[in-house]
Amino acid sequence: MSHPAPAGPVLEVNGVSVRFGALIAVNQVSLSVARGQIVAIIGPNGAGKTTLLNAVSGFYHPYEGRIAFEGKDRTRLQPPDVAALGIARTFQNVALFKGMSVLDNIMTGRLLKMRGSFLLEALYWGPAKRQELEHRAFVERIIDFLEIQAIRKTPAGRLPYGLQKRVELARALAAEPKLLLLDEPMAGMNVEEKEDMCRFILDVNHEFGTTIALIEHDMGVVMDISDRVVVLDYGRKIADGPPAEVRKDQAVRDAYLGVAHE
Amino acid sequence: MIYREAGQFKTSYASDQAVFPIVQDRVFVLAAVVAAFVVPPLVAGDYWLQAILIPFLIYALAAIGLNLLTGYAGQLSLGTGGFMAVGAYSAFKLTTAFPQLSIIAVFLLSGLAAAAIGLLFGIPSLRIKGFYLAVATLAAQFFLIWLFNKVAWFTNYASSGTITAPDRTVLGVTVTGPNAPAAARYVMALAFVAVFALVAKNLVRGRIGRSWMAIRDRDIAAEIIGVRPLRTKLLAFGISSFYCGVAGAELVFLYLGSAETLAFDINQSFLVLFMVIIGGLGSILGSWLGAAFIILLPIFLTRLPHSLGLTMSVALQKQIELMIFGGLILFFLIVEPHGLARLWQIGKEKLRLWPFPH
Repeated sequence: MSHPAPAGPVLEVNGVSVRFGALIAVNQVSLSVARGQIVAIIGPNGAGKTTLLNAVSGFYHPYEGRIAFEGKDRTRLQPPDVAALGIARTFQNVALFKGMSVLDNIMTGRLLKMRGSFLLEALYWGPAKRQELEHRAFVERIIDFLEIQAIRKTPAGRLPYGLQKRVELARALAAEPKLLLLDEPMAGMNVEEKEDMCRFILDVNHEFGTTIALIEHDMGVVMDISDRVVVLDYGRKIADGPPAEVRKDQAVRDAYLGVAHE
Repeated sequence: MIYREAGQFKTSYASDQAVFPIVQDRVFVLAAVVAAFVVPPLVAGDYWLQAILIPFLIYALAAIGLNLLTGYAGQLSLGTGGFMAVGAYSAFKLTTAFPQLSIIAVFLLSGLAAAAIGLLFGIPSLRIKGFYLAVATLAAQFFLIWLFNKVAWFTNYASSGTITAPDRTVLGVTVTGPNAPAAARYVMALAFVAVFALVAKNLVRGRIGRSWMAIRDRDIAAEIIGVRPLRTKLLAFGISSFYCGVAGAELVFLYLGSAETLAFDINQSFLVLFMVIIGGLGSILGSWLGAAFIILLPIFLTRLPHSLGLTMSVALQKQIELMIFGGLILFFLIVEPHGLARLWQIGKEKLRLWPFPH
């Protein structure tokens, strides 16, 4: 996985606003994510974190501002195009394909890497079969990496929540993303599961060099694993910097502890 | 040799991804396919072939087609009868316009014609989902039947408004038309459904099937991994309609011999949908089981009083038959809403652990 890495930030969000009618969910937020970094986006409920992530992945289109990926503008792309650029993500409420096995779920992450040849696929013959087996081998490496060998044939809908989150991460990793967006990867997990997930996130970052932007509420986790922390409140960015600095920031403390807004 | 999975270890991804990973399944299915080609034409009488096996095979093909669309891609359709009609009328027009054309090519081309129409009526699926989509496909059903009734060109201006299957041969044997022996028509129907069932299985276990199921299970997550909803849904509509089209052509050419549009009315759409639901959504095996259940059970029920030595009036018998049939459908849907195929799967899982309960 050694791409010739272009210089400059992987993701650049520039003055982006997202509105729903009169509600401004994200208000002129700018941030940049450098290659190889883990950036955490935090903020109280309703701060616009997920909306921002949805704008990056193409579900919402910003009302103003620009989003650039590897230096190229991609503000108006649709989700499948965003996926084709090399951005993968997980969802706050696990969005697995519940009727499919864990293995098939992760295999869907390889869809963009597969070439279509309808007739050969209908016959499951030659290149079509070889392609299936190649991608299966790759997916098995991810299954080993995330330690989910035992459940690969289990329908995803039958798994406990913590494992579902892990399978969702596996599906995102199967796409070999350049940028991985994680929306609350540890929500609803117990301490042990959180530790596992932290280790996986750090391993992904170290071993594959994947750039990661994540939303998380657990402050301990955020401070431990992220290189930079961006804080949103009421749709605006109120702080941006290394964890130690953000921790001391007065505006952040106000946002979390509550201060009368004028 | 007991039928169970335990102790069969796979040493390559190829063997793990096989259609039938269990040895006993492979042996049984292979034997069953060979037996199906050889035994009934030699042993079964014309009644069995004509009244039971041929319609079973044709409806199995249609049910596989609808299952690809509804069971795998999650798009509810009530247009099956209409798409089958497209296949039947295309086959009729093709055989009469090009008498030299091989009947196999005619069936395949009729399927393609149905696929084209299916694509067209699949376009609303981008915006409409679930029951609302079913209503939109209902439009296809009524429009197509109306069209074939209204435009006499489709029936070659026949005053009766019926289409009739002409005699056509494959390898010197007459397989369609009034002079075709039932055994020949049976083998023809079996060959088609065997090949296309395998094709369907190959599609659903690969790239295309996974993108269908992704759209079915979570369309938002599917988009974010790069599945394009419109393209994927239209592909499902096209392929599904192809299957239904071929089945429709077969219905006239191999089973009925001649037909009016009445043969493809809304009941046909419901019938195939029931097969898919009772057999199991999202299962090729389920399509077979569903077709068998719906086609074979009424025939079995009809013969039951006679074989039990009971005598009753035909009308009473018909009523009782319908009541038992309806009751059994309800029973199966309550016991296992995921269909007969799921029952089979549960049985298999139990056997894996047998004789231990856990």
